[in-house]
Amino acid sequence: MEKVHQKEAFGLAAKDNSGVLSPFRFTRRETGEKDVRFKVLFCGICHSDLHMVKNEWGMSTYPLVPGHEIVGVVTEVGAKVTKFKTGEKVGVGCLVSSCGSCDSCTEGMENYCPKSIQTYGFKYYDDTITYGGYSDHMVCDEGFIIRIPDNLPLDAAAPLLCAGITVYSPMKYHGLDKPGMHIGVVGLGGLGHVGVKFAKAMGTKVTVISTSERKRDEAINRLGADAFLVSRDPKQIKDAMGTMDGIIDTVSATHSLLPLLGLLKHKGKLVMVGAPEKPLELPVMPLIFERKMVMGSMIGGIKETQEMIDMAGKHNITADIELISADYVNTAMERLEKADVRYRFVIDVANTLKPNPNL
Amino acid sequence: MHHSLEIITLHKPQSLTQTKTETETMAKSPETEHPNKVFGWGARDKSGVLSPFHFSRRDNGENDVTVKILFCGVCHTDLHTIKNDWGYTYYPVVPGHEIVGIATKVGKNVTKFKEGDRVGVGVITGSCQSCESCDQDLENYCPQMSFTYNAIGSDGTKNYGGYSENIVVDQRFVLRFPENLPSDSGAPLLCAGITVYSPMKYYGMTEAGKHLGVAGLGGLGHVAVKIGKAFGLKVTVISSSSKKEEEAINHLGADSFLVTTDPQKMKAAIGTMDYIIDTISAVHALYPLLGLLKVNGKLIALGLPEKPLELPMFPLVLGRKMVGGSDVGGLKETQEMLDFCAKHNITADIELIKMDEINSAMERLAKSDVRYRFVIDVANSLSPP
Repeated sequence: MEKVHQKEAFGLAAKDNSGVLSPFRFTRRETGEKDVRFKVLFCGICHSDLHMVKNEWGMSTYPLVPGHEIVGVVTEVGAKVTKFKTGEKVGVGCLVSSCGSCDSCTEGMENYCPKSIQTYGFKYYDDTITYGGYSDHMVCDEGFIIRIPDNLPLDAAAPLLCAGITVYSPMKYHGLDKPGMHIGVVGLGGLGHVGVKFAKAMGTKVTVISTSERKRDEAINRLGADAFLVSRDPKQIKDAMGTMDGIIDTVSATHSLLPLLGLLKHKGKLVMVGAPEKPLELPVMPLIFERKMVMGSMIGGIKETQEMIDMAGKHNITADIELISADYVNTAMERLEKADVRYRFVIDVANTLKPNPNL
Repeated sequence: MHHSLEIITLHKPQSLTQTKTETETMAKSPETEHPNKVFGWGARDKSGVLSPFHFSRRDNGENDVTVKILFCGVCHTDLHTIKNDWGYTYYPVVPGHEIVGIATKVGKNVTKFKEGDRVGVGVITGSCQSCESCDQDLENYCPQMSFTYNAIGSDGTKNYGGYSENIVVDQRFVLRFPENLPSDSGAPLLCAGITVYSPMKYYGMTEAGKHLGVAGLGGLGHVAVKIGKAFGLKVTVISSSSKKEEEAINHLGADSFLVTTDPQKMKAAIGTMDYIIDTISAVHALYPLLGLLKVNGKLIALGLPEKPLELPMFPLVLGRKMVGGSDVGGLKETQEMLDFCAKHNITADIELIKMDEINSAMERLAKSDVRYRFVIDVANSLSPP
């Protein structure tokens, strides 16, 4: 067992780019004066976890303990911690630290800090690699801890810590949160379904844009979308041309931007939150002749993550989840690869993650 | 080309789809269509060769100003149009939308101009004047907007541009030319100037002290450098070769010059620019340009490549960056731009040519062999045979 720190921990790690997760014992630091230590109850499985365990982005180091949609109960706080106390329900998302002094940090956008440290797979100040939430407990600087509103079920709230903030942040930043606006959401997966819920809570009219008809009933009757359009049907696209103020595009596969740009009104904004690996074709004419824009966004700052989850508490927004046991995680990853989940797997960590006595 | 034809069909000016009116006017020749005979130079096919062309213009209506043309700038769009690069040229075409001249007649409803005034006419000479865009003085985004040439105007006939003796324009689309702006070197501002100025204002790219990158140093690019400096920005010219470096710094006033083929310099410049104006009209890589932007940086594409560009997503997502575009500007802001340039003594760097030198000028323009705009000395060199 890796023994760098004082406190023993256990979790699930990928050992190589097969991405297969297996029991792993490791250590975490003592609770520092600004740290919050919490027992992990639930951890969401984000599509990024899948990319990372398989080293699809070329930046993974093994062993890799994924998980950045983590919720639990505080067990210990450091001497200088003021915002949290033992017994509170808290969470950690994608970040555990940042430089604190650059322009981005000063603006409360730690996610764009060039020295930001992600919850797993990143080098920490003590030269160890961060380990994420597929584990029994976490220790984290209080500046990166999120309080979970009392009325939100913890398992279904966990995915908001990544999926929720990822759609919330650009909607606010680009002014796509005004009641009466018409917002398109492309793709109905982890990000997309949460996007629909937040957009509706903001008072906007929502159209889900999907490649197939089969999610129409779900989108309209269960998630509350106002309309649904199949992007492969030229007539449906044509009828909706020039009707949307903004589009949140959650699709991570290569796809065509031209029809999406056509759906926007003049000066409309196409926000990319899915990150296709290969460049997409950008037709320049819609940008030039209709002043449309294409922008990107990645998670959000800590203050706005708290704001997002408080809004979720107020409007009872949670993710639609499939709760799984720790030993189902590899099967879940396989199903996630095929988008076979409505709409996020969440690991029931506290009840099902057991240390392997053989390690 | 096929792909770009699709795009053009989605986005070409509304006025070109009025085929019924076109059929009607086809019955008359360009010379007899209107009461007043005019002489100019036009292209008749996609060879793009320009030659003397006789046509006619309408009588000066009550809202119109007739402009005797002194100078007309040669915009790269003129070249694209005469060669039908974008697939929607309706020959014969008389290009020219950077026009400076003298008002010789004004209609009885015209209040803004009088005979003898020095005026300009730019890229747009018609719009519906009642939609949301027009109400906001953004005639360039009006769905019924018509271009100065190669478009059907509000009177249902084809518009002919500034490579000609005179032009008749509704007063809304005529600009007052500021006193201290020379007519010849001020003419290109009517397209190049507004094309750069409008997005700089719209996208908030005018904060003094911020860092602007200008990609491409041609007609648009060199004006962008001057306007950027006038806003108090630090300006870096981004180019694929170092041959324009001395020009850019010593003559145009750029603060620095970055050669995209120098990996070390490109690496050192990563994440240093607040904004980039991308004037490059050929297909080119966006990835290295996006890397130059700081977090929240904005890249505004102004060039119109024939094929779509490749847009890598990671730089956009990881840095909350944006790619936008812009197309000329409304008339109110075009006037604002002219007044701004007059105040800061900004003019284009031009090479004055005679009308009959236009074809060799076009050949040189195709090779970017001009510093930085050709301007036709229309009044002194356009003579009917």
